[in-house]
Amino acid sequence: MSERIRSMRRNGTFLALPTTLWLLVFFVLPLVIVLVVSFMSRGRGGVAIMPLTIGHYQRTFGIFSIILWRSIGLAAMTTVVCLLAGYPLAFFISTRRSRLFQQITLFLVILPFWTNFLIRTYAWRILLGDEGAINGVLISLGLISEPLKMLNTQFAVLVGLVYGFLPFMVLPIYASVERFNFRYVDAAHDLGANDVRAFVRVVLPLTLPGVLAGCALVFIPSVGAFVTPDLLGGTKGLMIGNLINNQFGGSGNMPLGSALSIVMMAVVMLSLVIYLLANRRERGT
Amino acid sequence: MKKLLLVLSLVLMLVPLAGGQDMEHEPWSCPEGYEGQTLSIFNWSTYIAMDTVPNFEEACGVTVNYDIYESNESMLARIRQGNPGYDIVVPSGSTVQRMSEEMLLVPLDLDMIPNVANLIPDLMGQAYDPDNTYSLPYQWGTVGLGYSTEAFPDGITSWDQVWDHDGSVAWLDDRQAMFGVAHILLGQDPNSTDPDEINAARDFLVERGGNVVAVAADDGQVLLERGEVDVAIEYNGDISQIIAECECEDYAYAIPEEGSNVWIDNLSIPVDAPNPELAMVFIDYILDAKVGADLTNYIAYASPNQASIESGFIDEEILNDPAIFPPEEQLANLFSIIDVGAEAEELYNNAWDELLILLGQ
Repeated sequence: MSERIRSMRRNGTFLALPTTLWLLVFFVLPLVIVLVVSFMSRGRGGVAIMPLTIGHYQRTFGIFSIILWRSIGLAAMTTVVCLLAGYPLAFFISTRRSRLFQQITLFLVILPFWTNFLIRTYAWRILLGDEGAINGVLISLGLISEPLKMLNTQFAVLVGLVYGFLPFMVLPIYASVERFNFRYVDAAHDLGANDVRAFVRVVLPLTLPGVLAGCALVFIPSVGAFVTPDLLGGTKGLMIGNLINNQFGGSGNMPLGSALSIVMMAVVMLSLVIYLLANRRERGT
Repeated sequence: MKKLLLVLSLVLMLVPLAGGQDMEHEPWSCPEGYEGQTLSIFNWSTYIAMDTVPNFEEACGVTVNYDIYESNESMLARIRQGNPGYDIVVPSGSTVQRMSEEMLLVPLDLDMIPNVANLIPDLMGQAYDPDNTYSLPYQWGTVGLGYSTEAFPDGITSWDQVWDHDGSVAWLDDRQAMFGVAHILLGQDPNSTDPDEINAARDFLVERGGNVVAVAADDGQVLLERGEVDVAIEYNGDISQIIAECECEDYAYAIPEEGSNVWIDNLSIPVDAPNPELAMVFIDYILDAKVGADLTNYIAYASPNQASIESGFIDEEILNDPAIFPPEEQLANLFSIIDVGAEAEELYNNAWDELLILLGQ
């Protein structure tokens, strides 16, 4: 090994030191604290005290599992809807000939980020309400006579989540499709495949990394969503993020909140592991 | 004979007029001997009239330092660290209890506060300070129902109308107030610490919560205003705000006749107060009929001062607003929340989480 490479390695270690320290102090250490707190008892005002207990995990897997499953289900549905809507859109954008058109449409996808997420979600309340815009239009058109019950349901949460996270699906798929060499499709056609077959056997597998990245980017924040169900879900659309939030305010229960957070982190980790395995298999073949 | 009747009726007409204006009220006078002294008050922000303090300074020839806080917790934290020199604090009910348990309050000398006789008897002797040893009411309010008069043209008199309502309802994110209501409807102590009773109250609420679309922390009145709910369990102040803003007949406030939660903010003297005597003089001053009425006219919360109410010094508009002053016959059914202790607090927390989960099922 040359002197030069060795010194670069040394410098690399040195340069990575601040980031490593940062991660140790502000990520690993807090994580350990959360893990320890999740096994402690609740004291006055919701703080953690001794003795150790596994009671909070029993509650998490007991009555709280209803909400845990609901959160996983809503996040999975959000991911599927985002995929069904996002893939065609990303495909459409990346196959335009005009570079300018591509840039403008991509810009439009990102444009909502210019407005605060809270305000955009709040706007859905006005759209979905009993006396909101959507019901107003439908009633004035005579399509319905009674307002549709949309706000404060799981449907409203799903709409809000899909709306909020769709760009996270579109962008990685766009990047994947953009790199895709369309001469492979011609080759597939030459070998006798029709459009559907060419898509399923050629386009989809080669753009799968983008799809998987998009799914991970949508699913993970959706499971822990807190603002969207808080504003749109009412009592029916309560998610695990709301219950965790409750434990840390006022006279909550920090150990219980920590146990819920650990379990939610485990769900996210599990989905990441699935993503990595799927990705590796994809690369491997 | 006819003339006599005429005179009599004229006299009778004049009597309530004279009573209503109360020309006889003597302005509060300060006892001798406090000139040049200093009083330090620690009160909630925007919770006093502009001239309350200056008038007191003038009447007694004293100087007043006035500091404000935003929550019971922040006030409690300051006093716990060692009283930095305040003579008056204004804790809410359960905070009075905590402070007295932690020996952070000085017992009041009621002989120095003759105006204590002006207070509404139903607001005295609440569970958090049964003998008013440490606290006297300053201002108060209730948890009740803000409702749309279109959905409830005949008004609301019973909790059953909320539970059975065919339409959307918002509950209040205040666990002890909500469980307190369930407790009294079940014939239990509103501050029960019994696990079975707490679970019974939870089941009671879950059974009746099918029409609940939101458990609102601070915006039940907004949901009502937007038409998202027909009735919201809320603090009276929030509902009276939207009634005042809309200047219409669309909303009303009511306390069901079975009773509800009352909150009371209190005048207390913290331990190590530099001038507790002057503090008691100040409490007596606040409890004067005219001073109390001026205060209520300015901040628009309910006065606990019977003499203020009867003297006619309180603006008709405020006095006749059922969202500020509930009808007198309802006062006896109001319950206050006390600090239930760490163990029961956890029981209430758990029951509340379970309630939220089961409401969405």
